[in-house]
Amino acid sequence: MRARVHVFLKPGVLDVQGKAVENALHGLGWNGVSDVRVGKILEFDLAGTDPAAAETEIRRMCETLLANTVIEGYRIELT
Amino acid sequence: MKAAVVVFPGSNCDRDCKVAVERSTGAAVEMVWHAETALPAGLDLIVLPGGFSYGDYLRCGAMAALSPVMAEVRKAAGRGVSVVGICNGFQVLCESGLLPGALLRNAALKYVCKPVELEIVRGDTRFTRAFGARRSAIMTVGNGEGAFFADADTLARIEGEGQVVFRYADNPNGSLNDIAGLINPGGNVLGLMPHPDRAFEKELGSADGALLFQSLLEPA
Repeated sequence: MRARVHVFLKPGVLDVQGKAVENALHGLGWNGVSDVRVGKILEFDLAGTDPAAAETEIRRMCETLLANTVIEGYRIELT
Repeated sequence: MKAAVVVFPGSNCDRDCKVAVERSTGAAVEMVWHAETALPAGLDLIVLPGGFSYGDYLRCGAMAALSPVMAEVRKAAGRGVSVVGICNGFQVLCESGLLPGALLRNAALKYVCKPVELEIVRGDTRFTRAFGARRSAIMTVGNGEGAFFADADTLARIEGEGQVVFRYADNPNGSLNDIAGLINPGGNVLGLMPHPDRAFEKELGSADGALLFQSLLEPA
């Protein structure tokens, strides 16, 4: 099973990197762009075939290591 | 006094911390590798040094917070042993949950490296007693991700409990409430972004950092 975990700063946490990218896009003429957020995507293979069990396991990985839930949220995709 | 400096792969202020503690206090300082599953017996102080532990991969301090030695540091902190985390060490303490909040990328996106003036908010902690009546100190910051963040409730609690020990006189990185250093409710775990280990002799521009380590020699 292939897992993809999206980790982003929570709404309300200032994403200065996103802000810098947004300013650069504006500078290039894409003025319709707003609220840019820069995050991370982690992909990995996971042994097992039960998606529910996998999701529980990945949630624990996120809470333990992959995300800092003080500042970040996460979303799990399985394929 | 007996002290230990934890060395993570990528720590780069570990030697500075050892020398700073030795010269400031005369303490014997041991270096402890991150993979150790036991700390030297009879420690009075554990220092988590600055640097880029585990290459700052994933998040600053994230993997260091889960390294084997940190389980022992957590236990020692629970027993009341003094723990100070400096710069990356502060990030490690936040990631490990020993201190609240997190450190974000600096507001101006730049790595900031310069001496800064700090307001000593709490002169009555075991880490600040030697400052006496002084209410300001000069230490050097060197960080790219030093902007302290906590959600509104946590921030209110930190302020309400008097956990803020140092504030920036002129905030260099966008830290909320100008927070430069924090202590745990038990009063034995301190994290700060400025480096006392880069300001412990006047030849370094300031000797104020020595007072932080010397505070630990004073009776409670």
